[in-house]
Amino acid sequence: MEEALAITDSIIDAHRANPEALVEILREVNERRGYVTREDVHRVAERMDLPRSKVYSVASFYSLISLEPLGKHVIRFCEDAPCHVAGGREVWEALEQELGIPFGQTTPDGEWSLLTTSCIGACAVGPVMMVDDDIYGNLTPQKVGEIIARYRDAETQGGTA
Amino acid sequence: MIRSSILISGDPLSLSRGAEATKLAIEAELVFYGLEDEVRVGYTGRIGNTDALPAVIVYPEGTVYGPVSPEAGAAIVEEHLYKGRRLEDLVLPIEVAPGAIEAPSAVGDMLSGQRRVVLKRAGTIDPYSIDDYIAYDGYFALGKALTNMAPNEVLETVKASGLQGRGGAGFPAGLKWSFVAQQPAPTRYIVCNADESEPGTFKDRLILEGDPHAVLEGMALAGYAVGANEGWIYIRGEYAMAKDILNHAIAAAEDMNLLGDNILGSDFSFHIHVHAGAGAYVCGEETALLNSLEGLRGIPRVRPPYPTVSGFRGKPTVVNNVETLANVAPIILNGVDWFRSIGTERSPGTKVYTMLGDVNVTGLVETPMGTTLREIINVYGGGMKGGKAFKAAQTGGAAGSIIAPALLDVPMDYATMLQHGATLGSGALLICADDTCIVDLAYVLMRFFAAESCGKCVPCRLGTLRMMECLERLRQGRGTSDDLEELQRMAQQVIQTSFCGLGQGAPVSILSALRHFREEFDAHVAGTCPTGTCPMSGPVETAVELHDYFSIERS
Repeated sequence: MEEALAITDSIIDAHRANPEALVEILREVNERRGYVTREDVHRVAERMDLPRSKVYSVASFYSLISLEPLGKHVIRFCEDAPCHVAGGREVWEALEQELGIPFGQTTPDGEWSLLTTSCIGACAVGPVMMVDDDIYGNLTPQKVGEIIARYRDAETQGGTA
Repeated sequence: MIRSSILISGDPLSLSRGAEATKLAIEAELVFYGLEDEVRVGYTGRIGNTDALPAVIVYPEGTVYGPVSPEAGAAIVEEHLYKGRRLEDLVLPIEVAPGAIEAPSAVGDMLSGQRRVVLKRAGTIDPYSIDDYIAYDGYFALGKALTNMAPNEVLETVKASGLQGRGGAGFPAGLKWSFVAQQPAPTRYIVCNADESEPGTFKDRLILEGDPHAVLEGMALAGYAVGANEGWIYIRGEYAMAKDILNHAIAAAEDMNLLGDNILGSDFSFHIHVHAGAGAYVCGEETALLNSLEGLRGIPRVRPPYPTVSGFRGKPTVVNNVETLANVAPIILNGVDWFRSIGTERSPGTKVYTMLGDVNVTGLVETPMGTTLREIINVYGGGMKGGKAFKAAQTGGAAGSIIAPALLDVPMDYATMLQHGATLGSGALLICADDTCIVDLAYVLMRFFAAESCGKCVPCRLGTLRMMECLERLRQGRGTSDDLEELQRMAQQVIQTSFCGLGQGAPVSILSALRHFREEFDAHVAGTCPTGTCPMSGPVETAVELHDYFSIERS
């Protein structure tokens, strides 16, 4: 635990515990660990001399900061109108079917989280999703299966996609 | 001596498809043919609107290739650059690439009407090269202002140009600047709103990725005009590449003393910082943005006082959109008359649109203000996809309006659109053909607002949810005529009583849809979806689960 909090400390130090950088600090913690733990919230509050409730209010507000553990791979599917009109609904259903979970959940084996996101600014190639940091456009139900299979294959071969 | 330049699309999508390997292969092949000193290689933002990525442009010819694998990249070097023959098989047709490039000799009639002010350099220069920017008149406007113009002259020039804010509201930029300049406070700030989250809009991303210095120069000019020495760019958290390009550009400009202390030996100092958001649509609202910039929850502030009086850190602050700032340098350089010669009387200049949906060509278009939607669809969009009939367009993103065929020939500028009960907004144009269900579209739009409402005020937090539920019932064939009345009434109330622009904009599309497409709503009440899009069955979606402070503390 202390080891994990060392990361948090180093991020706070890098921003010189500047309260104006609170959003960025929490986001960086999230990036390093995948989510922000309760201990992180407490540590940030203590180190920056802020009420815990305030740190929590910021951490819970932004969609790129998670307070719950997410899967190893996170799919963020754009659910906005341009992607929807371009055939997003079929892709949405295909994703749920492929992973066997509804949106907003993580697979029991902890491999995949299926989330929705607001527009990610790649509308000309909608429907669009992000798998971790990579953007995939012009999705079809078939393509979704292929993309997920690619990540699964990479894992069984011990590499990365 | 450089005789050619190769630009590779380096947007996230292209990178995920191997743009880097292509770039390396091209560079290796250039060395092989001994061309490395004659041909410059660099990344640019997204090229055009093609899915054939990574794409490669070879200048000066302006030939666009795609998709370019590492092997194809090597072949382009050998054939095009070494032997001087185009690789016809790989050349992309002109119509897939009008969004981001301008190569005057290479384009047909199709692009003749585009007028590039903001996007003049995007896709032509390497955004990582400040030399490229300077070679295309970059920082000339700042130099001109600092040596020949008093701050007030810069301000008056922008005021006289009639430049309107391009973020959506169309507020006169010069007027906003003068409010800040009038404040007696010793410290003032310039904030660039790059929190582009309006669904269907990605113009700011392409400006930042393709021509970052244009925005930096605009900010420095704004700082000079109003007496600010510090600028902040609030960029949305999802735009990692644009952020990287901006940081690189700021460092390069500081190295050349085009930003920083005593710019070009003058008394004027200006520093720019980049601050990334963490995902929240409401942060595009300027006071919510300022809260987020200060490390707070991104919820809107009470206005007045307006940011021009009490903004960032409580100081007078100019908050301008990316596209607005990118217009400033050309105005200072070319003058008011030039700028006013483009566009309409009330809305001078150009507008950058993102065109999406059922058209043959999707992507970015920059045209003079006042261009009609019909022209944009037929000329730049290459007509409707599959020859389908035009049914509606959603203009200005989710907070915009749904417009009917009757408005196809209305000249689009801020004031004229408003007269017709529509908005230009962020410039997103979602074109829908006759097989699109308006009720379904309205539902998706409202779902967005229900998810993105910040929760500060009740009308928006609950109103968007209730409207979403009404629309959901209609989609499922369980709606009644009471639902339509309820929807109409609630939409009015949410507009009238919401705290900020998010809530006030949320029901606009619903009201315009009800006005233009009432019969389609009635059909859903009667139990049929005319286009067959809606499921017309199924359970009600439950509201989003929210966790609260107490539950995390207990867990």
